[in-house]
Amino acid sequence: MSCFQTFQDYAFRSLGYGERLLPRSDFTLCEQFTLIGSGMIWNIYYGVLAVVTGFVFANLLAVGKNAKSPLARKPAEWFIFLFRGSPLFIQFFFAYSLFLSLKGMSSVFDPLSSAWLGALIVLFLNTAAYSAEIFYGALRSIPKGDIEAADAYGLTGWSRYRKIMWPTTMRLAWPAYTNEAIFLFHATTLVFVSGFPAWRQKGDALYYAKYFADKTFNPFVPYPILAFYFILLTLVLISLFGLVNKRLNRHLPKAKRPKLRFRPNLIR
Amino acid sequence: MRSDIFSFCSDPAVLETFQWMSCYLTTGKHMGFYLSFGTVLLLLALAAPAALLFGFGGAMAARARFVPLSWLGRGYIAVVRGVPDIAFFLFFVIALDQGIEYLRHKVKCPDWDEPIRQGSDFIVCEAAKLPLGTSPQWIHETYGFALAVVTFAIVFGAFAANVLFGAMQAVPRAQIETAEAYGMTHRQAFWRILVPQMWTYALPGLSNLWMVLIKATPLLFLLGVEDIVYWAKELGGSKTANFTAYPHPDWRTWYFLGLLIFYLAFTRVSELVLDRITIRLSHGQATVAGEAQRKAS
Repeated sequence: MSCFQTFQDYAFRSLGYGERLLPRSDFTLCEQFTLIGSGMIWNIYYGVLAVVTGFVFANLLAVGKNAKSPLARKPAEWFIFLFRGSPLFIQFFFAYSLFLSLKGMSSVFDPLSSAWLGALIVLFLNTAAYSAEIFYGALRSIPKGDIEAADAYGLTGWSRYRKIMWPTTMRLAWPAYTNEAIFLFHATTLVFVSGFPAWRQKGDALYYAKYFADKTFNPFVPYPILAFYFILLTLVLISLFGLVNKRLNRHLPKAKRPKLRFRPNLIR
Repeated sequence: MRSDIFSFCSDPAVLETFQWMSCYLTTGKHMGFYLSFGTVLLLLALAAPAALLFGFGGAMAARARFVPLSWLGRGYIAVVRGVPDIAFFLFFVIALDQGIEYLRHKVKCPDWDEPIRQGSDFIVCEAAKLPLGTSPQWIHETYGFALAVVTFAIVFGAFAANVLFGAMQAVPRAQIETAEAYGMTHRQAFWRILVPQMWTYALPGLSNLWMVLIKATPLLFLLGVEDIVYWAKELGGSKTANFTAYPHPDWRTWYFLGLLIFYLAFTRVSELVLDRITIRLSHGQATVAGEAQRKAS
């Protein structure tokens, strides 16, 4: 079987298209590359959606944590503590069994217990908490002069936040936020090894890498392939976030622009 | 074995809710569950210093003047950090096991002529198996646990290496220059001047790493160790009266809630302790924190 044929059969296997059965024996390098790459679709799906939705919620949380009123501050603080203080792995397990028992009550909750939605919700909440802490830190370190200037111009409330505070927050937080985003993509590999089942063997990249490692009892091929894909993904992310960083800092002289450095905050 | 105060547990069917609960929570299986918290703590106690050691080695390699060694150190840091950690955990557990068996095979059975990898099998001679097929159960468990500790040390060693490397660079250059001006050799300046001063710069990174290490412990479950996640899944699953005197529906949500609270408490306590250590270590240092302490006193 040619490699092109394999590609046709398995390139979208993770979404349920193509060959139904996974290869069972005589695994070729091509099969491993194709299937693990196919699994990457899910990693990118979770990563992109969780980063985009988490970003919005994180801004809200950061402003909440910075608020004077305890009614806004306390819930935000507790939320951030809850999701940053416990392992993502346990959060997945807990969420899955919670969703299962919800499913037992009403069929409205059915989609929650499947990975595409349930795991996405957990990742969304988790990244929102981590990003909110970054944004909160940035919000606290806005130079005093910026706020005073805004006051002098008569800007208050929403327009002050929108025109002065938010752009500066983003500018200050962006390098750290880039690492958080990269790190979230790495965390997406936890989805199928925790509670959520891979229905009809539609899994992510790690799921297929593990499948091959278990079948061949040889970890030295599938895991390096997985590593290759993730290093590629990390490089793409760094360049994309780098473009945004450039735009955020376009008013600064070149030497003063903060550089993006890949400094991930490890597992969670 | 249950102590006498729980003697009323002999017939669970007739008990009140509170008594039923107290009996249920002291069954032998639950004792295994409580003990597994000890497993997690033991892992942390062993893996943290081991990772620090790996990290120190990695950082020293990365700043070595011998170029290939420096590449090795930098490569170790870069590769482990660029790939999802979980992939490393799954990889190293098998890779280490096979690596050790391969080496033992080479030493113990030199006249073995078949290939080791036959299709999807990894075949070494009987004597090279580790642990030996005849060993008692506890040896198997200890071996699995030791592999887990080494894996944690390798993965977190890379992160620690990164932190320590940064900390070594952060020590003001003038300090080393002064040491050299006093006639210290490169080695002396490293051990007497650089190492004692670097900890205050390394501490924020290392405390972050400790938090992360705590939160990585549930991954033990993936490495096949019977840890708290294993027991929570096991005990929480629904039980029927056929198999146990304590039937109950699916309680996994509650068990995982318990684990969640355990981790939250653990990270919170660590946070408080680490804050105190930070204050201690910044005492008398030429940093902003040290300066603030000097002014306050």
